[in-house]
Amino acid sequence: MSRYNGHIVLSEIGQIGQDKLSNAKVLVVGAGGLGCPILQYLTAAGVGTIGVIDFDVVELSNLQRQVLFGKSSLGKNKAIAAKERLEDLNESIQINAYAERLTHQNAINLFENYDIIVDGSDNFETRYLVNDACLITNKPLVFGAIYKFEGQVSVFNYNNGPSYRCLFPNPPKQGSVPNCSDIGVLGVLPGIIGSMQANEVLKIILGIGDVLSGKVWYYNALTLQNSILKINKSEEIIQSVLKIKDNFDKTNIAFNCESEIKTAFIEDLLTSENVQFIDVRDAIEQPKIKGLEVINIPLSQLENNLHQLDSEKTKALFCQSGIRSKQAAQMLQEHKVQNCFSIVEGASKINNKIKEHLK
Amino acid sequence: MSTHKLNIKLLKMNITIKYFGQLTDITQLEEETLEFGGTYVYELLETLYRKYNTLKTKDFQVAQNQELVNENTKITGQEIALLPPFAGG
Repeated sequence: MSRYNGHIVLSEIGQIGQDKLSNAKVLVVGAGGLGCPILQYLTAAGVGTIGVIDFDVVELSNLQRQVLFGKSSLGKNKAIAAKERLEDLNESIQINAYAERLTHQNAINLFENYDIIVDGSDNFETRYLVNDACLITNKPLVFGAIYKFEGQVSVFNYNNGPSYRCLFPNPPKQGSVPNCSDIGVLGVLPGIIGSMQANEVLKIILGIGDVLSGKVWYYNALTLQNSILKINKSEEIIQSVLKIKDNFDKTNIAFNCESEIKTAFIEDLLTSENVQFIDVRDAIEQPKIKGLEVINIPLSQLENNLHQLDSEKTKALFCQSGIRSKQAAQMLQEHKVQNCFSIVEGASKINNKIKEHLK
Repeated sequence: MSTHKLNIKLLKMNITIKYFGQLTDITQLEEETLEFGGTYVYELLETLYRKYNTLKTKDFQVAQNQELVNENTKITGQEIALLPPFAGG
């Protein structure tokens, strides 16, 4: 009986489906907690070409969840150690190990060689890099991420679906969300989440079932609660990434990694001189600000109206609750506009403070 | 007087809010039901920021009835979920 009999006897897969698997090329970013089960199942399933990129080495504390490795792997590069184990599991497929860090310089060329990219990385810089490089090379991205006892899975950039940035437009500040080794993780959790990712990869290759595109699946291992949340696509966000296509290799991590956004309290700004107040809400939004000179540039139009900003003044951005003004401040930072603040308070609180201030 | 009270009560609705990931470190609970009298998502967020000071410093997205929404969306559903990004792998 053949190695793949379990697949071949399924009417949904058969020899035709198994041939599709054998012709598929999948790149797994990271051979850690998520990468190990993903690689293990894709290899066992007979995916013909599998790439794995990881710069890190295997440590004893990895063995609690990184199930491809054993004592003999300690100190070895994870991509190399994974390849050794996977070749023992299935000698009939091609496994490419890249013992290096994924960067803006190598991502595009690497991704071009594969059909599907799987994100098993453990930090936001890499996650946004993987997403952006998938957008630019037009590859589907099978995404998974974990936190303590909880996980998220989604498929991005699939059949013109939303991207990771449509779900989370801006990377969180560095260090604001801790990773597994710092904060701990239930060992079996990446096994569950990584297996879900491998499942999505197989479905995409085989063309069966419903691919988790346009949705994010959330899972809690303690409560067994799970939800599927619908994500809307933002063409604007996707275009902003595609715009940097030609300069991608020159883009440094700063494009992905939010530098600290400066925020300010309205009280402090009211007592300062030389401040330009900018309302980034849509023109119809209420309440209007009374007793203060304000210009209105909705967030969606800000990028095309940078000339309206007064370079001599401090720019103070506000909106309804302080969320869009933060995005606006971030965007101005990317455009190297100096001296910008996002006001902590929303419009109605600002009005109250102005009233108090004028008393 | 009693009718007036009744009217106010009718305008408020009960909303169940679910907190995921790091947000539960701030709220110390995974789910709660609040009486909410506002109209928009941002008003609900302001209510939550008053209750949990440090929530404002966290990144998260808001889902209403299993669909991600923005801060100007009207609250129509009774189930809101706050989903932060996870980095781990």
